[in-house]
Amino acid sequence: MAETATHTADHASEHGHETSTGLTNNKLAMWLFLGSECLLFGGLISTYMLYRGRVSDGPHPMAIFDIPFTSISSFVLLMSSLTMVLAVSSAQRGDDSRTNLWLTITAVLGATFVGGQVYEFTAFIREGLGFSTSLFGSSFYTLTGFHGIHVSVGVLMLLSTVGIIRKNKITGTKAEVVELVGLYWHFVDVVWIIIFTLVYLIPS
Amino acid sequence: MSTSTEQHEHEHGMTDAGYIKIAIILAAITALEVSTYYVDFGPLFMPSLMIMMVVKFVMVVSYFMHLKFDSKIFTFLFYTGLGLALFVYITALATFKFFIS
Repeated sequence: MAETATHTADHASEHGHETSTGLTNNKLAMWLFLGSECLLFGGLISTYMLYRGRVSDGPHPMAIFDIPFTSISSFVLLMSSLTMVLAVSSAQRGDDSRTNLWLTITAVLGATFVGGQVYEFTAFIREGLGFSTSLFGSSFYTLTGFHGIHVSVGVLMLLSTVGIIRKNKITGTKAEVVELVGLYWHFVDVVWIIIFTLVYLIPS
Repeated sequence: MSTSTEQHEHEHGMTDAGYIKIAIILAAITALEVSTYYVDFGPLFMPSLMIMMVVKFVMVVSYFMHLKFDSKIFTFLFYTGLGLALFVYITALATFKFFIS
């Protein structure tokens, strides 16, 4: 127990902070933020699950979903989690060039996912599913749109991190900054793991 | 080099090869999930999808987000949020089930 406490304190001091918990405030704040994000997406997913069958007008979900296309998008986002964790690993080893490479690849994969979502939304609108067409349409666009916004913010965070690492303008520990961006990125991935199963794979 | 990698593994839980293995497992589970859309799994359809979703979720959170190797305080913060989210869903579901005619 004492050994664990010493290790945690060493870990905190390694990242340049001394706190009563032995944990860095930035990381603690990020986990608190992610905990609160669970509530946001919990509410949105709950609303979708309750309204998914309410199709008064417009196309039925199973008639418009393109499962092969969404599966590839999901795979792209899943692989971006791997490149993100490799970026964190490189940052912890102090390898800046590899960190930037993995961060850039992650941003490209994230942007590909967002591009796929824009294409999907455009196709759905063309097939007659607008935001206010039905309760299903409203809850679907709200849920997946909020997730898309989160991924877009993540891409901006990744590119900003690449920029500040290149200019060597990071305040604090470089590895910790990359790790915090990584935590956010993995979170948007786990949210999509749930959305992909509940929204796309389970028929309403 | 190997000493540096071993020290890194000790401090942060896994090596890059370990992360790649986890990603391969996640990709395989995703392929299995997608197969449920095309192959009739009968009564196992819903439970198998739910189990695969939870396994993927836990793997990403535990290994990629390092919760397995990090402080238990982070685990508590994250899973408390998740538990509250589940509570919101169950409450909303129950409300719609019992109070809507």
